[in-house]
Amino acid sequence: MKAVRGLMKVFITRRIPQEGTEILSGATGVCEVSQWDSDEPVPRAELLKGVQGAHGLLCLLSDKIDAEVLDAAGPNLKVISTMSVGFDHLALDEIKKRGIRVGYTPDVLTDATAELTVALLLATARRLPEGVEEVKNGGWSSWKPLWLCGYGLSGSTVGVIGLGRIGMAIAQRLLPFGVKRLLYAGRTAKAHAAEVNGEFVPLDTLVSESDFVVVSCSLTPETQGLCDKAFFSKMKKTAVFINSSRGAVVNQEDLYEALNSGQIAAAGLDVTTPEPLPTNHPLLTLKNCVVLPHIGSATYSTRGVMSALTVQNLLGGLQGLDMPSELRL
Amino acid sequence: IFLMHNNKMFSFYFNSFTSGATTKVLRDMSTLPRVYVTRQIPPEGLKILQDSGQVQFELWDSDDVPVPRKELLQKVKGVDGLLCVLTEKIDAELLDAAGSNLKVVSTMSVGFDHLSLEELKKSRGIRVGYTPEVLTDAVAELTVALLLATSRRLIEATHEAKTGGWGTWRTLWLCGYELANSTVGILGLGRIGVAIAERLAPFKVKKFIYTDVAPRPELAKAINAEYVTLDELAKQSDFLSICCALTPETKEICNKNLFSKMKNTSIFINTSSHIRGGVVNQEDLYEALSTGQIAGAGLDVTVPEPLPTTHPLFTLKNCVILPHIASASYSTRNAMSALAANNLLLGLRSQPMIKELKL
Repeated sequence: MKAVRGLMKVFITRRIPQEGTEILSGATGVCEVSQWDSDEPVPRAELLKGVQGAHGLLCLLSDKIDAEVLDAAGPNLKVISTMSVGFDHLALDEIKKRGIRVGYTPDVLTDATAELTVALLLATARRLPEGVEEVKNGGWSSWKPLWLCGYGLSGSTVGVIGLGRIGMAIAQRLLPFGVKRLLYAGRTAKAHAAEVNGEFVPLDTLVSESDFVVVSCSLTPETQGLCDKAFFSKMKKTAVFINSSRGAVVNQEDLYEALNSGQIAAAGLDVTTPEPLPTNHPLLTLKNCVVLPHIGSATYSTRGVMSALTVQNLLGGLQGLDMPSELRL
Repeated sequence: IFLMHNNKMFSFYFNSFTSGATTKVLRDMSTLPRVYVTRQIPPEGLKILQDSGQVQFELWDSDDVPVPRKELLQKVKGVDGLLCVLTEKIDAELLDAAGSNLKVVSTMSVGFDHLSLEELKKSRGIRVGYTPEVLTDAVAELTVALLLATSRRLIEATHEAKTGGWGTWRTLWLCGYELANSTVGILGLGRIGVAIAERLAPFKVKKFIYTDVAPRPELAKAINAEYVTLDELAKQSDFLSICCALTPETKEICNKNLFSKMKNTSIFINTSSHIRGGVVNQEDLYEALSTGQIAGAGLDVTVPEPLPTTHPLFTLKNCVILPHIASASYSTRNAMSALAANNLLLGLRSQPMIKELKL
């Protein structure tokens, strides 16, 4: 990038919704923007080239920001602003070492993500994709008492693994469906759990007593591969498993086995390993597995707000000011 | 096991194999009221009939194939009670075949289109049981499931995941419309409409509005809903849920006129009770969806049912169609089965039923 005298350089790894672009275009006095202006991800080589000399980097969760990228950027880099709440794509140790600040988008996508998680739970438990398929392929004939019966929330026990912002929002949305018990597990009990009558229990208890297991924790070395053969073997045969956190929390081969053998009733996933999941993956062949292509925050309004916040975080970091949402390193 | 001896029916039960085969005649069954059950209803109802010791019954032992008409007309001869589902037409022909012993018809359904109420009431004085209310939770839950599947484009999304349309994370791909800060409208505010609103409230819905033949202050208060005209309901709703019964007034009330007033970002959901998709003009709905007059629609009821696979609505990505599964949860169908069985037994004892249809 050629520097215009005095202006800081910013590299943006994707085309972003207009709410963010509008703010940027008002900041021409602060920075000069170079952008990978596509809906498709920036190729690695282009990324390494584009960040050279940058003061600020605006990225998405599909961009791995590791030591190689940080080295390519060089010592100017003072802020990385990601348009996501997750940050497992950022090498935080390396970033902290170099004194770089990080902005992210918690809270603004809580509603959309909790809504999608509940949508996924209901679609899985009440077998909506199967129903749609039967209607289209002529499987719908006359009324039958037990055809396409699913599991209702009324009178059920729901277990949320990770009662953070999103986990709480999910729990609040599930309660009026007649949930009898709300269990949760995590490192520590949470004061706000009282709002949803949440019972803090050991993970094993949650897994064995829940009719609906909802994974809502962040991806850490502790939670990686948490949902494995042992986990699924403790679940009820009639239980439904939902993951909208990160794909790597689940051992997918073990999940396939559990679903295929009837060890658990059904699963709904909005996140997988990898993303996208290859179209020949065994999980996609199971009627009792619903896979969504990571659309947790995919609403027009939320993506617009995320875009605006990401740009505001970036500008704050560039100017050495407060960022609306800074990640504590 | 049933055996004939001296023209009487006896039932025999065998104890477990290890204690040696013993037989035990439970009772002389020939005087017990006779019942015909037209389908393999869910286990809770069958168990109630079996354990009651009050009836002898025969069963068309299939879950998925309805009893053929000829078989049905044969089997109902002389029965005292009939437990049916909504695939059997209970009309003059059947009632004649059954004969004068028949005192109770119990249907495992909320709807009663399949029952000739005139004939049942007329000279025969037959009492009728049905199964309303036990399915409120399941129906409200399915309505919300369908609404979310439509607004958040779940069917398109699962399809993309299976067919290679899923690339890496993109900022505006498969974006939908959120319930947060929205206005939800309900056409026909009954128990199910209230149950739907209660489930939607924590999604941060800004406002609930409804229309009906007249205001329903008690129900509306429970969900803080404002009474509006049909026109206002169409204009203001971001999500419109149809919950009314089919009457001459509501037939095809959801038509070109209504859709033209709706927002082009709005979502239309029909799970109205009593089968009758007849509240919706399907040609007008197709027009509204294909021209972008409304953003999306979800239907659990259609005209006819099943909807022929060649119907134009199936060609639309923004139309989600389900095969009338609103009450299809194991617990609910078992509750309906149990209620139908209990209605039948109570009717046969000339006692008040739990849920009796006023003829």
